[in-house]
Amino acid sequence: MSTETNTSTAPHSAGHFGRFGGRFVPEALVAALDELTAVYTEAMADVEFTDELSRLLMQYAGRPSLLYDARRLSVELGARVLLKREDLNHTGAHKINNVLGQALLTRRMGKRRIIAETGAGQHGVAAATAAALFDLECTVYMGELDTQRQALNVARMRLLGATVVPVTTGSRTLKDAMNEAFRDWVSTVEHTHYVIGSVGGPHPFPTMVRDFQRVIGAETRQQAQRLLGKLPDAVCACVGGGSNAIGIFYDFLSDTDVALYGFEAGGDGVNTRRHAAAITGGSSGVLHGARSFVLQDADGQTRESHSISAGLDYPGIGPEHAWLHETGRVRYEAVTDEQAMQALQLLCRTEGIIPAIESAHALAGVRSIAPELTLRLGRTPVVVVNLSGRGDKDMETAASWFNLVSESPADRP
Amino acid sequence: MSVREVFASAAAEHRSALIGYLPVGFPNVAESIAAMRTMVAAGADIVEVGVPYSDPVIDGPTIQSAVEIALRAGTRVRDVFAAVEAIAEAGATPMVMSYWNPIERYGVAEFARALSFSGGAGLITPDLLPEEATEWIAASDKYQLDRVFLVAPSSTQARLVSTAAACRGFVYAASVMGATGARDQLSNAAPALARRVRAVTDLPVGVGLGVSNGKQAAQVASYADGVIVGSALVSCLLDASDRDSGQQALHELVVDLAEGVRARP
Repeated sequence: MSTETNTSTAPHSAGHFGRFGGRFVPEALVAALDELTAVYTEAMADVEFTDELSRLLMQYAGRPSLLYDARRLSVELGARVLLKREDLNHTGAHKINNVLGQALLTRRMGKRRIIAETGAGQHGVAAATAAALFDLECTVYMGELDTQRQALNVARMRLLGATVVPVTTGSRTLKDAMNEAFRDWVSTVEHTHYVIGSVGGPHPFPTMVRDFQRVIGAETRQQAQRLLGKLPDAVCACVGGGSNAIGIFYDFLSDTDVALYGFEAGGDGVNTRRHAAAITGGSSGVLHGARSFVLQDADGQTRESHSISAGLDYPGIGPEHAWLHETGRVRYEAVTDEQAMQALQLLCRTEGIIPAIESAHALAGVRSIAPELTLRLGRTPVVVVNLSGRGDKDMETAASWFNLVSESPADRP
Repeated sequence: MSVREVFASAAAEHRSALIGYLPVGFPNVAESIAAMRTMVAAGADIVEVGVPYSDPVIDGPTIQSAVEIALRAGTRVRDVFAAVEAIAEAGATPMVMSYWNPIERYGVAEFARALSFSGGAGLITPDLLPEEATEWIAASDKYQLDRVFLVAPSSTQARLVSTAAACRGFVYAASVMGATGARDQLSNAAPALARRVRAVTDLPVGVGLGVSNGKQAAQVASYADGVIVGSALVSCLLDASDRDSGQQALHELVVDLAEGVRARP
């Protein structure tokens, strides 16, 4: 893994992406953030560190993940769809890439405890997993509402030895879990590392987490070259905080022929108040340590987000995405709950793959962009979709959405 | 009185200044302003008017509860200006304390202008670092407002120097590594931090670390120019069974604290 940054999006200074990013934190955390920046920079230039990370990714997480030519799905979506199978990673999502990197850094800093926030529980499970592997103490903050939506993941984390703290303040979802994790960190920073799970938060997190997720795009690029003899026409990913998206986009940023699409959670629709689309339906603001796009009211109070997918149910987005939106390099669109669930079912029925509801947003997006890409290219486009996670954790939500466990026949469309 | 005059006159009386925090709109705008008047009457020199914010990541359960109540009651950012006017009228020095996003959303220059016109002395910004504050530094210069950034026990020497240099009015030494809240045992990091700040600036040093009674205030007053109290004041109102007993408890606590800052050992 290399530490070179693409000049078009390199943080200008102190973790700024244009007017976004930066550090909006209490002074008490600055020393820890500076230490983390220094240790991380030094580690990425240390072959021993990058070798150990590569070895873990290969032997423990199961990388490289497959790039799968989804033929039956392609017929349905009007594009040749290649699925980047992050769902096949150990623990079932892309989150493990980042967590292994940060766990190695935790050890390098001599800290013995990690904390994490989690929405769907995928990052929490990944953090608990790395904590077990590295013999670290681990506390995961999770909104009470999410502990109910994702009860299975709570059990997984506890089985792995982590302490799961249900957060009962505010909207009782990911945003409040993050508030609680920050409160913990301010008082424990001396011996605790906060493993932020996405590309949000104060510098260096957005850059560091992106670099740990870059492996997705780097592999995809090579695999596409091998499979197609050229690069794909487009790359699609779902965006909550945006770590799987930036991970697959990053190595394509300078390939201007490759269109990049981020699909936000549109909930009931961006024209309603019940959505989680920070770019499509929000405005510039500061939340959780960085300036980015935020769902907020006229007074700057954070608005509650809504998405059927716990992992996308967050009112902010990583600052680099805000910048990529502003420069126009990536197009961000919203996908509703309904569209995502349809896409989820379609992948199940055509390919025998059950995706996470988060990832289903990216699949649904392909349907909306395929016609214009076809028109522009004059042929069937080749689209890579980052299948960021598997759907086991979402079975309860899916069962109730599709009415799969009632006594009446389950054969709804 | 300006913030500088408050500290100068306290020093002339060989005591520390008493700085009390309450969020505006808790439990509603009118009662919060009445409570701030009570604090002034009982001896607070500076009142920090808190702007309620939906994601108070630096605050412990007491202040979280209070601002949640304030927001549910429909409190708006602009309500701080009424509180600021009332405090000035009652004879104390009003400052505002706010997380950054409400200020940025209001418009930094517009906020500074409105704060200055309502008689506010300045702004305390717990999650804004001087390096991100270019716009606020310009606005506070233009409207001659004090700007108070925080320092912490973990601040390096270089950051103490640069942060103190960016401050005007006083330097806020947040002496506990952790969220806000009253504490039985005071931090032993506080005297050292106050000493370190003094070594790099002539500005007064205000110390906040969970003080909840006059005895603790006296202890802090022995090494700080200003004693900052927040959660304990909020608790008076939060724990009271009715409005009058809350105001009564608040009055008694502020009197006790005001005696404390005059009784430094």
